[in-house]
Amino acid sequence: MLSFSHPFIVDGQKGFDSMRTPLRGILAIPILLGVLPLAALATVVPCFAQAPPAPGARFVVVLDAAHGGDENGAQLALSGDPKQTQPEKAFALAFSVRLRSLLVARGITVVATRDGDSAMDADHRAETANRAKAQACLSLHASTSGSGAHLYISSLAPAEPARLAAWKTVQAAWVTRSLALAGSLNAALTHAGVPVTLGRTALPGLDSMACPAVAVELAPVLATSHMQAAALDDPAYQVRVADAVAAALVEWRSEAPQP
Amino acid sequence: MIPRHQTILFIVLLLTSAVMGVFLWQMRDRAHKRLVEGEDTAPIEAPLVAPAEQVTLYVASDADNTLVAQPLTLPLPASPGPRARAILGRLLDLYAAPNAPHPVAGGESAIAQVFLLPAQGDTAQGLTLPATAPPQPPASGASAASSTPVQDSGPQLAVINLTGAFAASHPSGLETETLTVLSICATLHANLPGVTQVRFLVDGQPRATLAGHADLSRTYLADQAVPSEGSHP
Repeated sequence: MLSFSHPFIVDGQKGFDSMRTPLRGILAIPILLGVLPLAALATVVPCFAQAPPAPGARFVVVLDAAHGGDENGAQLALSGDPKQTQPEKAFALAFSVRLRSLLVARGITVVATRDGDSAMDADHRAETANRAKAQACLSLHASTSGSGAHLYISSLAPAEPARLAAWKTVQAAWVTRSLALAGSLNAALTHAGVPVTLGRTALPGLDSMACPAVAVELAPVLATSHMQAAALDDPAYQVRVADAVAAALVEWRSEAPQP
Repeated sequence: MIPRHQTILFIVLLLTSAVMGVFLWQMRDRAHKRLVEGEDTAPIEAPLVAPAEQVTLYVASDADNTLVAQPLTLPLPASPGPRARAILGRLLDLYAAPNAPHPVAGGESAIAQVFLLPAQGDTAQGLTLPATAPPQPPASGASAASSTPVQDSGPQLAVINLTGAFAASHPSGLETETLTVLSICATLHANLPGVTQVRFLVDGQPRATLAGHADLSRTYLADQAVPSEGSHP
């Protein structure tokens, strides 16, 4: 169980007590007028009481659709006609948009590294993620090799956070959190019936992200004795994976320390 | 009317040409016979065959994202550079075979050279930062590997020069590229324990990624690529 301190509330209370009584009384009226209806509403609509947004808390997820512009990534064969292919950059962007809408609907702030077919180098992606001060960063990829979802975290050795960190090893201080995030994603995807493989890799950009970062590579599901096949361009499969990832991030929001 | 002396000159030249032609033909036959007689095709010395040795290849599998140790017996040269090239060539031959668990085209010819150098640099955080001056092949040609001074003791850095054709034809994907890199590193370290670091070049030049994903600009720690029993890389 994690415990959090709330310096803002403590300091605010001190400041409130130090005010002179008439001023405090004047300020108390609008506060009471605002709080009482909410308290009454909380008894009627339980969801308000279940998940009150912490003051100042901002849960941000960065979605990094891989490749873009001249960089196509893998050529993904479509299930209908194997001769027709779709570039990985288009698939990653479409999946990013789908996931973004699910996350926004769940009250999560989403920052996307790209919204269109634009070229972007790895350093720019990491810069975008680091500026967002996100609680989760997902690098989205697709491939026709393997089966199900491949979750990769940085292969850097874990290190203590430092005031000054080398650009190419920033992720080292976050590897432990990245591993925990990969665990949440693994649990949600497995629960959704998607086979998952976990690994560590050296992916340009991922090592420079100052956030819990996981590269998610989606592949078609190969049929096994206890698993039905699913094509990469199967909308039902994409929805299943996106729902599972969104559920994992909602779960992660409840576990992650607030900034 | 052709003058008589010209007719005589023409006939003399014609006869001379014919005599010279016959003479040359005989000379050619004589030279051919001499060449055939002097050629001895019988072997004099026994051919040198490298002794077969047991090696361990870490073979990647796309289906379950694993590296599986596969023992194999191969004739290997004694020199470490060509030895490393031969082992990696055999590994890539497995990937180029039909129905390979990790299909990658190219085979043995994908490894242009393997250079072994004394290891150096800061390996903190599991990698060394890219050097300002990338490692350059010490010499051109495949024979350079054997002529490279190699320290038999102490940690070594293996610089693997891949062909551009191999990188261009490698399937693009996070899993497949990572498995290729890790299986090369793990196989090298398993058979040449002195190799602790691995760097990659493509056509003799540094390259950012293998096929859009796996980082080739960093130095890989070879011993960390060897998977523990039953674990994923």
